[in-house]
Amino acid sequence: MGYLIRRLEFFFITLWAALTINFILPRVMPGNPAEAMLVRFHGRVSPQTIHTLEVALGLNNHQPLWQQYLQYLGNTVTGNFGTSVTFFPTSVGDVIKQGLPWTLGLVGMSTIIAFALGTILGMLSAWRRGGFLDAILPPVFIVISAFPYFWLGLIVLLVLSLTLGWFPLGFAYDVTGSIELSWSFVGQVIAHGFLPALTIVITSIGGWILTMRNTMITTLAEDYVKMARAKGLSPVRIMFMYAGRNAILPNLTGFAMSLGFVISGAILVEIVFNYPGLGFTLLQAVHSEDFSLMQTLFLMITLAVLVAVLAADFLTAWLDPRTREAS
Amino acid sequence: MAVRVVTDAVPAEAPPVSTRGGVLAAVGLALLRSRKATFGLTMLAFFALVGLLAPLIAPYDPHALLFDPILGPSLAHPLGTTSFGQDIFSQLVWSTRQSLLLAIVAGLFATLISVIVGVSAAYLGGLWDHVLNLFTDVFLVIPTLPLMIVVAAYAKSGGVVVLIAVIVITGWSYGARQLRSQALSLRNREFLEAARVRGERSLYIIVFEVMPNMTSLIVAIFLGAALYAVLAAAGLQFIGLGDPNDLSWGTMLYWAQANGALLAGSPIWVLAPGICIALLGAAFALLNYAFDELSNPALRPVRRRKS
Repeated sequence: MGYLIRRLEFFFITLWAALTINFILPRVMPGNPAEAMLVRFHGRVSPQTIHTLEVALGLNNHQPLWQQYLQYLGNTVTGNFGTSVTFFPTSVGDVIKQGLPWTLGLVGMSTIIAFALGTILGMLSAWRRGGFLDAILPPVFIVISAFPYFWLGLIVLLVLSLTLGWFPLGFAYDVTGSIELSWSFVGQVIAHGFLPALTIVITSIGGWILTMRNTMITTLAEDYVKMARAKGLSPVRIMFMYAGRNAILPNLTGFAMSLGFVISGAILVEIVFNYPGLGFTLLQAVHSEDFSLMQTLFLMITLAVLVAVLAADFLTAWLDPRTREAS
Repeated sequence: MAVRVVTDAVPAEAPPVSTRGGVLAAVGLALLRSRKATFGLTMLAFFALVGLLAPLIAPYDPHALLFDPILGPSLAHPLGTTSFGQDIFSQLVWSTRQSLLLAIVAGLFATLISVIVGVSAAYLGGLWDHVLNLFTDVFLVIPTLPLMIVVAAYAKSGGVVVLIAVIVITGWSYGARQLRSQALSLRNREFLEAARVRGERSLYIIVFEVMPNMTSLIVAIFLGAALYAVLAAAGLQFIGLGDPNDLSWGTMLYWAQANGALLAGSPIWVLAPGICIALLGAAFALLNYAFDELSNPALRPVRRRKS
C-alpha cells in the first residue's frame, strides 16, 4: 500500500500547489487588472459575493494575508468560486458544469483511442525491428509532433469540412437542435466531435508510439522472452502476453504524466472548432477578462488531470505486483 | 523484470569525458552521419538566414496597408495579401526573427533551470532530492496552457518578455526530470569519487565534473525546450495573448483567425505561418531525436530508489 499512499500524497500536494499558485498570482502581478473586473460588479451582486471575489483575486487589503488565504481555501473547497462576468449572473461553478462534460468526453475519448492505438503500433514496430512500420512511424510522428495542435485543427477543418463538406463546421451539436436523449442527437455529437477528436489523436499518438517502441525494444531483449521463444510459443502470444504486458507499464506512467500536455493542446483544438468545452470557455474568459472564471478553470483542468493521473496510478498498482510489494 | 531493474541501474561504462572539445567533436561527427540531424540543422540555418536578411528578402513593409485586401497569389504578392491589404510574404519573412528568437531564448532559460534543478537534486540527494523532485513532478503534471493563459492574462500587454517568462516557467520540468535520472546514474562513478576525495566543493564537481558528461543530454533538452517554446508561443499568440502588433507567425495566425481567413477564402494566410511553425518545430524535434539516439546508451532510465 506504500505506493498508493505516496501517490495520494502527490495528488494532494499538487492540488494544493495549484490552489496556492492561484492565490499568489494575482498578488504578485504588478497592476492587478482584476480590479477593473470587480468594478463592473459593484451594485449588481451581494456584498458577500464581492467579498469572495476580492479574496480570490487579491483585491482585499483589509485582512492579513494568512486570513485571506484560509478564506480562499475554504471558499474553493466548498465550491464557492464566485460569479462569472462573461456569463453574468451565472455562477462560475455553473458555467464550468456546462462545459465539463464536453471536454471530458472529447479529451477522454480521443486520449484513450490515441493511447490504445499508439501502444499497439509501437508494439508492432518494435516487434519487427527495422520493418516497414519501424521505418515509417518514428520519423513521421516526430515531424507531426512539431505541428501546433490548433493549426492542424485548422487544416483538418479546411480540408474535411470547408472543402469536402464531410463534417459540420464546429460546435458540439447542430445549433438548431437542443440537448436531448435521442439517436439523432447522438449522431450529431459524433459528427461534430469527430474532427476535434481526430486532431487530438493525430497529434498525440506519436508520443505513445515512440515510448512504447523504445520500452518494447528493451523488453524484447529480456531472458524470459528468449525463454518463451525457445519453448516455441506462438509469436502473437510472446508479443502480447510476455513482452507487451511488461513494456506497457512505463508507458502507463508516461501516459499519466503527459496528460497535462494533451489537455493543453485540446484546449486550443476546442477553440479552433468552437467546441463548447472548458477550453472554449477559457478563451471567452480571457477575452472578457473574467479572472475568477479563468482561475477556476485552471483549477478544474488541473483537478481533472490529477484525477486521471491517480486513476493511472491505481491501474499500475493493480497491474504491477512490484509496486504493491514495495511496502 | 525485477532483475532488469538492477542491471539497468548500472549505466553503460562509457569513459568519462575530461575535455569539452572531445564531446563536441564526437557529437558533431555523429550528427553529420544522421540524416535527421542534417535536415534539422539545414532547416535551422535556413530560418536563421531568413531572419537575418529579412530587410533584403521582404519586398514590402510588413505593417503597411498598401494593397487591396485578400488578393490571391501573384508575381507581385507570392502569397497574396491579408484582409488589411498587407503583403503576406513580407510578414512571413519578418516574423521569422521573433519566432526564432523566442524559441532560442526561452529554450535556453528553460534548459538552465532544468540543469540547476535536475542536477542538484541528483547530486545533493536526500531531502533536497525529495523536495526538488516533488517540485519537478508538480510542474510536470500541472497543465501548462491554462497556467500560461492565466499568467499572461494578468501580465497584460507585457509583450515578448512576458511570453518568454511564461514559457520558461512552464517548460523546464521535463528536462529537469531527465537530467536528474542521468545525473543519478553518474553519481557513484569513480571519477566523481576521486574528485570528492580530493576535497573539491560540490559546486566545482557539479560544474566541471558532472556537467561535461551530460553535454549531449543537455543539448537534447535545449532542443526539446525550444520545440516546446515554438509551440507554446504560437498557441499563446494565436489566442491573442501576445502583443498583437508583434510580427511573428503566431500573431499572423491570430489575425488570420480573427478575420475568418478560412471562411473568407484566403487559406494561404493560415497555411503559410503554420507551415513555418511546423518546419521550425520539426527542425528542433528531428535534431532532438538525433541527439536522443546518440546519447541513449548512457541514458538508460534509472529506477528511482524505492523509499
